[in-house]
Amino acid sequence: MSEEIERLSYDVVVVGAGGAGLSAAIAARQAGKRVAIVCKSLFGKAHTVMAEGGAAAAMGNVNPNDNWEVHFRDTMRGGKFLNHWRMAEVHAKEAPDRIWELETYGALFDRTPEGKISQRNFGGHEYPRLAHVGDRTGLELIRTMQQKIVSLQQEDKRDHGSYESHIRVFAEATITRLLTDGNKIAGVFGYQRKTGEFFCLDAPAVVLAAGGIGKSFKVTSNSWEYTGDGHAMALLAGATLINMECIQFHPTGMVWPPSVRGILVTESVRGDGGVLKNSEGKRFMFNYVPEVFKAVRDHRGRGRPLVRGPGQQPASPGAAAP
Amino acid sequence: MARAINSEIKAGRGSPHGGIFLDIASRRTPEYIRKRLPSMYHQFKELADVDITAEPMEIGPTCHYVMGGVEVDPDSAAARGSIEGLFAAGEVSGGMHGSNRLGGNSLSDLLVFGRRRAGVGAAEYATKIGERPKVAQSDVDEAVTEALAPFTRDSGENPFALQAELQQNMNDLVGLIRTADELEQAIKRLQELAARVHNAAATGGRAYNPSWHLALDLRNMLLVSECAAKAALMRQESRGGHTRDDFPKMDPVWRKVNLICKLDESGVQVVKQDIPEIPTRLLDLFEIDELHKYMTDEELTRHRDGGSLSDTTAASEGGAVNGVRRETARLARRRRGW
Amino acid sequence: MGYDAKLRVWRGDDEGGELKDFTVEVNEGEVVLDVIHRLQATQAPDLAVRWNCKAGKCGSCSAEVNGRPRLMCMTRMNTFTEQETVTVTPLRTFPVVRDLVTDVSFNYEKALEMPAFQPPAELKPGEYRMAQVDVERSQEFRKCIECFLCQNTCHVVRDHDENKPAFSGPRMFIRAAELDMHPLDAAENRKEFAQESQGLGMCNITKCCTEVCPEGIHITDNAIIPMKERVVDRKYDPLVWLGSKIFKRAGA
Repeated sequence: MSEEIERLSYDVVVVGAGGAGLSAAIAARQAGKRVAIVCKSLFGKAHTVMAEGGAAAAMGNVNPNDNWEVHFRDTMRGGKFLNHWRMAEVHAKEAPDRIWELETYGALFDRTPEGKISQRNFGGHEYPRLAHVGDRTGLELIRTMQQKIVSLQQEDKRDHGSYESHIRVFAEATITRLLTDGNKIAGVFGYQRKTGEFFCLDAPAVVLAAGGIGKSFKVTSNSWEYTGDGHAMALLAGATLINMECIQFHPTGMVWPPSVRGILVTESVRGDGGVLKNSEGKRFMFNYVPEVFKAVRDHRGRGRPLVRGPGQQPASPGAAAP
Repeated sequence: MARAINSEIKAGRGSPHGGIFLDIASRRTPEYIRKRLPSMYHQFKELADVDITAEPMEIGPTCHYVMGGVEVDPDSAAARGSIEGLFAAGEVSGGMHGSNRLGGNSLSDLLVFGRRRAGVGAAEYATKIGERPKVAQSDVDEAVTEALAPFTRDSGENPFALQAELQQNMNDLVGLIRTADELEQAIKRLQELAARVHNAAATGGRAYNPSWHLALDLRNMLLVSECAAKAALMRQESRGGHTRDDFPKMDPVWRKVNLICKLDESGVQVVKQDIPEIPTRLLDLFEIDELHKYMTDEELTRHRDGGSLSDTTAASEGGAVNGVRRETARLARRRRGW
Repeated sequence: MGYDAKLRVWRGDDEGGELKDFTVEVNEGEVVLDVIHRLQATQAPDLAVRWNCKAGKCGSCSAEVNGRPRLMCMTRMNTFTEQETVTVTPLRTFPVVRDLVTDVSFNYEKALEMPAFQPPAELKPGEYRMAQVDVERSQEFRKCIECFLCQNTCHVVRDHDENKPAFSGPRMFIRAAELDMHPLDAAENRKEFAQESQGLGMCNITKCCTEVCPEGIHITDNAIIPMKERVVDRKYDPLVWLGSKIFKRAGA
């Protein structure tokens, strides 16, 4: 190859600049590492901004009964117990600290009357648990971490003379390959969208934070970036993927016109009197009602009658060992 | 509801654009709708000039989030498999959400696993690695050749058209409700598409050229599609974000199984792997009658109520070892004729 | 009903370019970005366009439609007549990369110069207490999706590259205001910084920025004017300045 390729060296390369990528970059820089962040879009434009509902963390600000154990239970139930228990546990335990940390970066969540972070109810969560900022919580997360990275770059400028001495953002750049040395990560290879020029970043550690795969489906709420880059490059580098059959579909997203395709229609439309009709104008849900009942019965049928030994007390969740 | 929508569409009674109609306009007055659903009314009006008070909406299943992803160590976020130095966090990683993610858990997932785990894990690994692995020039050359290939295919295919075909295939055959027949069909079509994706062509130059970008992205989209389709075919039950019309029930035996995708010379392979056993201290956070829905009787012998009276008493006194409890419970259950 | 629209799109790069005419199918309910995508998929695969969420939330697809700064995903085709030629050009204030994509790095450079949020030393994480009414003022500015339409339309820098070094623009003024109004920001010189280092004084309040903001942020009325007023206060009355800080703390 005659082409001259820019080659740079870092300790950690983070692929993706959504919430996970920026969190990882901040942590790695705070551990003293030189970090490159590579993102397909402009800095601060990740798919994370689409998240409206909020961030679940059992802070107990609205209902003091909430705690990590309740959050853990809800998460496992939601995942129908296919979750890795340790991930669900770590997540439930550490989420409040991560939310509070964002406040120290300047995040402004909605407040309770006492001035704490407000928490809202959401499907599957036993107590009001979602820290939120109106319906733009994802944007608040991204902006907050983007600004935290800027503040770290300002410290680096002060201490080392350059904004980019420890964190450099490669915006509008796509990684096409993970490079390896035997079974070890050695770096990444990609191109700059703007110029089409290639670059190679040498690094012993790579964090994939590249988001999801929604763009493989015609109707999706995901943005163009969601082409499964991280999943695919991990596979190609010898990593394994888990639970790939589990994909969340919302049954009622707009399919037409294209300007709103993928935008989700809330359940409340049906609650408020909306009905489903087919191309013949018929309300077809009636035909399926018996099926629905059957499904419910089957569901219940799997449970066993509760048999207890003599004198055994019905257990309560509160009695459980931590 | 999802199943009903799916059946109508597949029976050819769908809307012109592959969905079905959600009609509130003919059922409620415009004033009522505007009052009850103000933000939706305005959003659709502004973005698409769709007036939900005057016409039905065309709706259908919409892909929202993938629970599956890179298999990681829960504490360091290090990727499993044959590679070292790779970490993953956020939607690209798998395991945290099981078969279905709760709303609100994805943003906190990003923060927890991005920061505490992947960022810290990667930094620690970079510190202790010692000699840095080296990038081989031949690997870089190969990556350059691969990246430039779409420019060399003079009679290649339009990547936008290929993407549309791939998306239609996944939407129709690996969507919300799945069957073995359709999944097998999907896998076959993906294999056909693979050959054509290798012939995707870019037109124009290298500066900010979407046709080139997409031609390269297609490799990834194809791979993840293959993973999803093959794993979906193997899991013969319905659970969370995986619904099989031919296996409509959740099966506790399948709960004990994770499906793992890996790549070898012949393509994506899916293998079964035992799910990590939930420790008793966490199992005990649930009532046992709830757990029957998810777990086999054998697994539940580890629950505080899974055994006999004496075994529970012993546990509460802190005197029981798990293995002993399990055995006692098993015997107790046999006595009761379970 | 679908129809064939006349589209005129600027194509070129930093060395020059021209408007090119296209005829593209348009369907009911579509926005400009849909039509640009169809053009890309069927006639011009290498047409450069920056976009991301296609739902008015990310601020990527900024361009000028018939000369007006707009998000392409939020501009419906039925706001034009079927006979009308719709002209789409890149943002004028920033250098062209290619076609509809501009180099917006000016905005990121200005952001790097903006002193960051300074956390209060006496509070630990989890101890922050703020009233909703107090956070709402800053929250308005944090709705910003960084589409940079305000930066693009501001006449201080539009057609005046020479002003760019000394002028940070409306996007950065609302960032300054946001931090100034943040109930717990420990930095105390936000307004002075805006005046002396960001070029706040060059703004003469023509409200063009407010008009183009897709988020409806009252950039001029709620950020720029209060900042200008308070700069004057502080310059002439140190007691007002001191009082405002003490009051802010007490109320926090």
